[in-house]
Amino acid sequence: MFEIGALLAIVVLALIFGSLLGWVAVKFKVEGDPLVEQIDAILPQTQCGQCGYPGCKPYAEAIANGDEINKCPPGGEATIKELAELMGVEAKPLDDAHGTEDVKKVAFIREDECIGCTKCIQACPVDAIIGAAKQMHTVIIDECTGCDLCVDPCPVDCIDMIPLHQDSAHWQWDFNTAKIGDIPIKQVS
Amino acid sequence: MYADYDEIIERISVQALWDFPGGVHPPQQKELSNTTPIETLPLPDMFYVPIKQHIGTGGQILVNEGDYVLKGQALSANDLALSVPVHAPTSGTVTNIGEHVSAHPSGIGELTICIKPDGLDKWTDLVPLKDYVNHPKHDLVNAICKAGISGLGGAGFPTHIKAGEHKDIEFLIINGVECEPYISSDDRLMREHAWQIRQGIDILVHLIKPKQVLVAIEDNKPEAIETLSVACQQQTKYQVVSIPTKYPAGGEKQLVQVLTSREIPTDGLPADVGCMMFNVGTCFAISDAIMEGKPLIERIVTLTGDAFDAPKNVWARLGTPISHLLSAGSYSTSKQESPRVIMGGPMMGFTVSSLQTPVVKITNCLLAPADKELPTPEDERACIRCSACAEACPASLLPQQLFWYSKAKEYDIAQEYNLFDCIECGACAYVCPSEIPLVHYYRKAKADIRIQQEEKEKAEKARIRFEARQERLLKEKLEREEKHRKAAEARKQSMNKDGGAAKDKIAAALARAKAKKEALAQQQGDNATVTNTEPQESTQTSGRARVESKAPSDKKDKVAAAIARAKAKKLAKSEAVSEDKKSDNEAVSQESNIVSSDRKKEDSAQGAAENAAVDSTVTTSSDSPEKKANDKKAKVAAAIAKAKAKKLEKAKMNEQDNTQANTQNESND
Repeated sequence: MFEIGALLAIVVLALIFGSLLGWVAVKFKVEGDPLVEQIDAILPQTQCGQCGYPGCKPYAEAIANGDEINKCPPGGEATIKELAELMGVEAKPLDDAHGTEDVKKVAFIREDECIGCTKCIQACPVDAIIGAAKQMHTVIIDECTGCDLCVDPCPVDCIDMIPLHQDSAHWQWDFNTAKIGDIPIKQVS
Repeated sequence: MYADYDEIIERISVQALWDFPGGVHPPQQKELSNTTPIETLPLPDMFYVPIKQHIGTGGQILVNEGDYVLKGQALSANDLALSVPVHAPTSGTVTNIGEHVSAHPSGIGELTICIKPDGLDKWTDLVPLKDYVNHPKHDLVNAICKAGISGLGGAGFPTHIKAGEHKDIEFLIINGVECEPYISSDDRLMREHAWQIRQGIDILVHLIKPKQVLVAIEDNKPEAIETLSVACQQQTKYQVVSIPTKYPAGGEKQLVQVLTSREIPTDGLPADVGCMMFNVGTCFAISDAIMEGKPLIERIVTLTGDAFDAPKNVWARLGTPISHLLSAGSYSTSKQESPRVIMGGPMMGFTVSSLQTPVVKITNCLLAPADKELPTPEDERACIRCSACAEACPASLLPQQLFWYSKAKEYDIAQEYNLFDCIECGACAYVCPSEIPLVHYYRKAKADIRIQQEEKEKAEKARIRFEARQERLLKEKLEREEKHRKAAEARKQSMNKDGGAAKDKIAAALARAKAKKEALAQQQGDNATVTNTEPQESTQTSGRARVESKAPSDKKDKVAAAIARAKAKKLAKSEAVSEDKKSDNEAVSQESNIVSSDRKKEDSAQGAAENAAVDSTVTTSSDSPEKKANDKKAKVAAAIAKAKAKKLEKAKMNEQDNTQANTQNESND
């Protein structure tokens, strides 16, 4: 008799908690996939497609579905490290098949050679090129992600990828640049 | 709870000040340079005036190369929120506007205006505001901004922003502490120009209206305390306070703490605790700007260190290359193995990368130490966890922890340890027995974090733009489909109206196609059944197999032929278009003729394109009246030729298969 009572109590409890969980699942349902959003936030958003996917969001979705995390050359080691932390997997070196880490570059159109074909405008994933048919085009430097996608479509090869000009505000206190930038702290004796 | 106003006044009057945690006592070395009066220098051969010499943004340049400028004329505008103008240090000609080595540890080139002096040193028109008490506050703040004044103590924050503040200020603190060893420029300024400093304080008091003015001077400068006390004695509100010598007592946060016991919160300003601080040099510059109308074009620079035979203080025009100052201080190369000049003091300064580096608004000292005097730092050794750095830190941070996390690039944790509260004073590195350049690590970490944040922001912007574009493309696609659907519907309707004629035709065509298809399928089926039913008869099988293999290859040939036809048509069309457009341009048509007539000579297309370009330029040079039009035409032709060459090269790989198919077709026939 006692065992039946206990059994009954457990069944009732299970029902109560089950229905509670079911209700919570419906009530607090999360729209979209938060993991994809998180991964997308880590990716550098160059939209270069070097990973083999047409943009950073698709790659984020692919990672969420189990793809490798080391296919993003613009992000480099830092991005891989962050992704590894988020996904709880081991960080691994960048996959060379998708390119190598490079200095930050931006596209530059040699304007007197541009024929105004608009092909680069169509190729730019972030609308960073302005111009019109048969008019000279130019790149908005602050919007360019350096994805390289405009270089190939150009029929007259007038687009160069130029390393970003470094200014002193973005200098990273490089230890390796010998005497230059040496701070004399601790020299008073 | 912090001390309130009355308590502070009382304690200051009995000289019972507070203290800040940590701090160090390096040898002062001030007597090297502070015994001789400030000298003025002859003009250098060339001035290099950087556009941005302060914290914030550089203004728009107002002059062009070749312009003649007068002494004190503004070279850049104060058009943006945090921009401060720069002025011509003397009269002369602007010879160049471009990049020049910057007064920054990196030495990376920055936008600089080069001025060649004409030797006349002729002032532009000056507009003093001697009766400043009768002018509205806004005018005075504007005049300070127009004079290009930014904090001369070291940080270089635009002064007009501080002076235009509307918060209630209890203490206006005038910083004459000058706590870093060797430097004596503020000391000499206070000794020789105390009166003008007081005038500057008067103007600031008029603007800010504090309850009390405290002039803080370290007790190792008794002469300066004396002269400023005399200058300020008429004003009851002003009080000169002698504070104990300890590095870095001159830091803004530390000085506020010493005088008022109040601590400035993280991300906060002195105004949050009722204080406002200006350097004595800034006060002098304000006085110059308001009473005389002179913009900030010169400052006092201490030339010191054993490598100078005559260490002293000099009035240096902003933009003077430091090589000029070195010769003024009789710099002797024999005392240094390799030239080594430090801009700023020995604790916070940096070794300049070039002797052409200009003097800027925050350059208070040039230190050229003899090799024995300041040996170059030894290699860093492992941290022994002695915690000397934590005891020395004036901001009560944990330098050890910051060092670990900065070195390991674990910036999140470094920020949890308040990395950004570090004032980079160098006290921790000074006491470190392992010679670890701690501040270097912090600076690197800070720079990395700032860049990471900037990149994050940029990535976010790129993501938004990418998504907006995707949305737009999708919308356009849907619109196009809708349009096509409507057009199709319209066609259908019109067809229905026409009656059965068109429909019949289509039906007939469909039937024909179907019949053909069926026949083909049947043939294939026959072959298949034949091979299946008679696998053993080898002779027959081989014969059938030939048939079998021929059927699909026949199909292949047909497809290949169709593709070839389509290509030829396309080419002919493009040729016609190009001929239409540039009928007089032989080069292009010739080039396309080559392409259409002999597709196998694709390799030579590049050469042809080049020839075409050359040809067209030749024709343009002969046709002088229509040269301009032809020039453009030639350019267009060259571009097209280039494009074609590129396209062909690319297509070549893909089309090789087709060409092979063509040849196969021919051989089969």
